[in-house]
Amino acid sequence: MSALNNGISDNHSYFELFGLSPQFNLDLAKLETNYRSIQSASHPDRFVTALLSEKLRSMQTATLANEAYQALKNPAHRAKYLLALQGIEVAAETNTAMPADFLMQQMEWREAIDDAKQSKNIDALDALLAEMQQEARSLQATLIDLIDVKKNLPLAVDATRKLIFIDKVCVDINKIIEHLDA
Amino acid sequence: MAYSDKVLDHYENPRNVGSLDKNDPNVGTGMVGAPACGDVMKLMIKVNDSGIIEDAKFKTYGCGSAIASSSLVTEWLKGRTIDEAYSIKNSEIAEELALPPVKIHCSVLAEDAIKAAVADIKAKQLAAKEAA
Repeated sequence: MSALNNGISDNHSYFELFGLSPQFNLDLAKLETNYRSIQSASHPDRFVTALLSEKLRSMQTATLANEAYQALKNPAHRAKYLLALQGIEVAAETNTAMPADFLMQQMEWREAIDDAKQSKNIDALDALLAEMQQEARSLQATLIDLIDVKKNLPLAVDATRKLIFIDKVCVDINKIIEHLDA
Repeated sequence: MAYSDKVLDHYENPRNVGSLDKNDPNVGTGMVGAPACGDVMKLMIKVNDSGIIEDAKFKTYGCGSAIASSSLVTEWLKGRTIDEAYSIKNSEIAEELALPPVKIHCSVLAEDAIKAAVADIKAKQLAAKEAA
């Protein structure tokens, strides 16, 4: 209930909403617990007999908490949001300049994914997915260092863009695996 | 997503897929990628001594619109000077392929790939001149 009584507004960061400090290395257990408590405190069932204004406010809180939870739970989104709080855009849609070695690696991965897809080799796809998830974890470790420790935001932007990229490729592989499994 | 006939045509029969010899001093390579969609595009151009693009090849991993955009530009590039190539705008690509607003970024990728390839060949030519 505390979140409701505090009167959440858009001026509060997603971190403040859950009582978390704004850092990349997030206390995920606390995020989960505080998210659940806000969701249950603002659940429509609790506002059946409430005033319309209270109903609306609880709905807004639930929506905001959901949006905030999604933005903080996913590491790539969290890094993007942390940088946005500092006024830095990662321009994931518009800036297409990426390091050449990174793009070469992506090209090789994409080729391997295509081959595995053609030959319906789910084991090979699983192995590629594991390789990419490993790369994603290593980028997350880099981001803890760059954002939380060194506060080197320009380099953090590059690492975040790579993480967003790899996330998308992982989504694509999962779709292919699901399709072949079906 | 409903693709236009032109996108489908390029997607089903992509022109100029492949690569050129990247060690050839007359070949420029442009590689770009869009984090949000995970697309990668590699464009290679072969330029003759008068600065005219003789050949262009591409390799793109991405959606149909990204593949069509790169296929289309390889057709457009042949016979143009590198400066003409550099001035190709993503809006021309988007218009030719009738891309919907959500797919405009695919044409941006193609424009940026051209610019990267032209920058690469210019850098190569400059390095060759300095070495001479």
